[in-house]
Amino acid sequence: MIPYLGGRLVVLAVTLFAAAAVVFLVLDVLPGDPAALILGVNARPDTLAALHHAMGLDRPAAWRFLAWLGGMLAGDFGDSFTYHVPIAGLIADRVGVSLPLALLAIALSTAIAIPTGVFAAAKRGKPADTLTMAAAQIGVAVPNFWLGLLLILVFSVKLAWLPASGFPGWAGGIWPGLRALLLPALALALPQAAILARVTRSAMLETMGEDYMRTALAKGVSRRAALWRHAVPNALIPVVTILGLQFSFLLAGTIIIENVFTLPGLGRLVFQAIAGRDLIVVQDLVVLLAGSVIVVNFLVDIAYVLIDPRLRAQGGR
Amino acid sequence: MRRHAAMAVGGAISLALLAISLLALVWTPYPPTAIDIAHRLAAPSAAHWLGTDPLGRDVLSVLIAGGHNSLAVAVVAVGAGLVAGVPLGLLAGRRGGVVDDLLMRGADLMFAFPALLTAVIITALAGPGAMNAALAIGIFNVPVFARLTRGATRALGERDFVRAAQLLGRHELAIGRVHILPNIAALLVVQASTQFALAILAEAGLSYVGLGTQPPAPSWGRMLNDAQTYIFTAPRLAIFPGLAIMAAVLGLNLLGDGLRDFLDPRLRRI
Amino acid sequence: MTGWARLGLGIAGIVFACAGPALAQAKDTLTLGMVLEPPGLDPTAGAAAAIREVVYANVFEGLTRIDGEGHVVPGLAASWTMSPDGKTYRFALRPHVTFHDGTQFDCAIVKFSFDRARAPDSTNAQKEIFEPIAAIDCPEPETAVITLKRPDADFLYGLGWGDAVMVAPQTAAQNQTTPIGTGPFRFTRWVKGDRVELARYAGYWGQAARLSAVTFKFIADPAAAAAALLAGDIDAFGNFPAPEILPQLRADSRFAVVIGATEGKTLLALNNARKPFDDIRVRRALAYAIDRRALVTATMSGAARIIGSHYTPNDPGFIDLAATYPYDPARAKALLAEAGIAPGTRFTLALPPPPYARRGGEVIAAMLQEVGLNVDLVPMEWATWLDQVFKRSDFDMTIIAHTEPRDLAIYARDHYYFNYHNAAFQSLFARYRETTDPAAGIDLLRQMQRQLATDEPNVFLYVLPKIGVWNAHLHGLWSNDPIPANDVTGVYWGN
Repeated sequence: MIPYLGGRLVVLAVTLFAAAAVVFLVLDVLPGDPAALILGVNARPDTLAALHHAMGLDRPAAWRFLAWLGGMLAGDFGDSFTYHVPIAGLIADRVGVSLPLALLAIALSTAIAIPTGVFAAAKRGKPADTLTMAAAQIGVAVPNFWLGLLLILVFSVKLAWLPASGFPGWAGGIWPGLRALLLPALALALPQAAILARVTRSAMLETMGEDYMRTALAKGVSRRAALWRHAVPNALIPVVTILGLQFSFLLAGTIIIENVFTLPGLGRLVFQAIAGRDLIVVQDLVVLLAGSVIVVNFLVDIAYVLIDPRLRAQGGR
Repeated sequence: MRRHAAMAVGGAISLALLAISLLALVWTPYPPTAIDIAHRLAAPSAAHWLGTDPLGRDVLSVLIAGGHNSLAVAVVAVGAGLVAGVPLGLLAGRRGGVVDDLLMRGADLMFAFPALLTAVIITALAGPGAMNAALAIGIFNVPVFARLTRGATRALGERDFVRAAQLLGRHELAIGRVHILPNIAALLVVQASTQFALAILAEAGLSYVGLGTQPPAPSWGRMLNDAQTYIFTAPRLAIFPGLAIMAAVLGLNLLGDGLRDFLDPRLRRI
Repeated sequence: MTGWARLGLGIAGIVFACAGPALAQAKDTLTLGMVLEPPGLDPTAGAAAAIREVVYANVFEGLTRIDGEGHVVPGLAASWTMSPDGKTYRFALRPHVTFHDGTQFDCAIVKFSFDRARAPDSTNAQKEIFEPIAAIDCPEPETAVITLKRPDADFLYGLGWGDAVMVAPQTAAQNQTTPIGTGPFRFTRWVKGDRVELARYAGYWGQAARLSAVTFKFIADPAAAAAALLAGDIDAFGNFPAPEILPQLRADSRFAVVIGATEGKTLLALNNARKPFDDIRVRRALAYAIDRRALVTATMSGAARIIGSHYTPNDPGFIDLAATYPYDPARAKALLAEAGIAPGTRFTLALPPPPYARRGGEVIAAMLQEVGLNVDLVPMEWATWLDQVFKRSDFDMTIIAHTEPRDLAIYARDHYYFNYHNAAFQSLFARYRETTDPAAGIDLLRQMQRQLATDEPNVFLYVLPKIGVWNAHLHGLWSNDPIPANDVTGVYWGN
């Protein structure tokens, strides 16, 4: 398993480098001058030149690329053109919104989907199953940002239970922060839960047909106990696969949901940075986001080993 | 039985979608870009079944024309995936070895990037617009179809009729075209319907954040974007396009699921 | 500490965030909403209005300041005298003024601030303000003498801009992130992407602020802004971004809705160097073809004043020229035919991101369609707009609001993106700039407005409204925006 992961690590590092190079190149040829954006329409040419120099934009592109890359490797993410602060701190702040949001969405999605899927599988063919699965079909089709708008309409505008937008930060305590993330997380989670519930159901149906289930039932284990002790753990493998895929999807989904709820997360930072031609921020973000997805894929691989006794016995694949 | 009903519903919705979107080419109740400020934000009435939008355009007409544009983006996105993905999959499946390894590692890598996020970055950098959005979405369909085609091609490669053709010295291109493609077409159609639904959702998302279809061309995502500021005063403006997206995606998914079940025995044989 | 470590620590800090005591909402704090987050907080190093909307008058002060009516009033200079030739200004500086870090304000600070702004490596976005300065002298700590190369009618006005505020040598470089000024509020915190917090400065030289703390909260999305206001998360919006929701807010007794004017002259700008926009008949035809009333209804829910020249009612010498080209599509068609423009001719219309441009573009395209012109809309980001339209002048038409106050100067420039050149206007402007007689200045301002309305280099549309929406118990916010600012120095809660 270790050589396998190691090999992948190398390939992925190369990809990250390629992605970084491509993004740098695109940003470099893209029309738009960050200094002109900062100084506005009355700026004199000499002022623009002075700012270019101050920002290091008068250096050759290759020099800037290598400087950035070297900085990254040494742990220096560079400074933001617009915020004038180190980008590492800037991104950490945003991660503090996006990551909890994605995790909360995953948690909600799992909490809704697995019991629903197990329930539907247990009631296979009965009206309860049909209804649940019909609801799931509809759930899959709902665009999450539209769901977000509807949730705002109901829970913030009509009922005034939860904030419609913004994020108070974590300094004021966990609860105000969670409250602000609840609606966006729900908007992200529901369509994902619908997918996950369907996967759980079919995985359950498959395992319920296996010999060990029949053996367990024949040995007099109650149906309920057999379900939870034997069927659910075995059904988890495909579920974890989907969860892993969903994480990257949710991370991407936050980019649009953050727009709906005006959360100061990574998604908004991406938009802001592109619009403001905050070049280094865009480069850093692309590399970090791709990197985080890769890490999650690793974790999923490890989770397989932990969950699947067969893989565990082999000590890898 | 129930499966067939679901598939019928899905088929009906998909057909209706197609019909309406084709209709939009020649007719909408009102021209979808005709502005009538005096009658802006009118409630639904006999003249305007779904009311009018902030610029006085007929919402039903914009919805129909928007559906056409949303569908067009999805067609290009899925088409790009098929056109690039299927040949690559055939190549990988038939050649095997290093070519296969390289192509499939490439596909793995693409899957490592969150599709929507990357599409957002691509369109933001390449410039917003329907075509760029379609291609940004389409890029991520390439590995999907490539993988699918490769797997099926390899499975088929073990079968007698392919072996026989190979022994008879048929050209690889001919084998692909005559023996393999027809046998995996059903598989591709099923996958395409799913990707189509995803493309509609992605287009809506991109247009919603202003990176997809651009004014004055309407699209469902753009309608939602426009509607957002009116969510307090005219929530219907946000509700109709959302329902349209939902119905389209639901229909395509039902159709895809139904087709998959219907074709299942044949797919298993491959 | 390396970036990676900092990133890790940041995340850890969030995970282990302890619950602090929640801030009690007393009646002497204010949460004010803004659409855009400022890029840095130093008004001397960036043109963004958002910078001024946080720090102007609140954190930073200049020798003069602009009040809510657009008048030049004393700031850190208690009074001044001008020599008869208009070339020497003598400022009497206020005593006992300190920066928030305790640094004493005196003439040395004035000299430092202005020398920094006009230095070759200066990154001041309005370097023109300081261009006339020949020398700054300090005969004594509380007197500043500024000598000009030539008289400048707008000099005192320019000194009231955010770009000319006083900064201290030790702290000037850090003002982008931790602004230190002499104002009644000191900077306390900037939660990037969310808010900036200010607190009352105990050592303020003048009347202490009545608010103990102010939070500027950034909400880019109009619907979210409305929701935050309705939910009571925000007390006030100096300029509310969603005119669509005004009817609902007006009906709600919790809020006061005050519609005023900004300095944003919204134009359909035309490339006067490109055919057929070099033909005055075409430009006038466009002016006749646009129903500006309907445009304002559609894009601003009717809450905007129509203009006929590049000037706003906030400013001295304003004359109402809105009726110069009334809506008259028949006349527009006739003029176009006269100029030889065939029906169906295509033009492009470049649209920067703000809703006034994007939504306005759709409306204007439809109106021009009515007179037989086909318009291709080209939405673009600011960065692209600045590069393609503004810098390279590569465009047919664009919709843009010029938010700089009193900027008739742009029509006198040799090179400016819309390429207007009229020797008569240039001479009017040259005379105005050097005049020191207020009455003569006003007269020249009027002549310039008329000249522009006659030439119609751009189609003048309307003044961007300042839609003030705030808690009905709140007093002291500006009703107009003669310069970009959220001056909260005089704001208080009533009952």
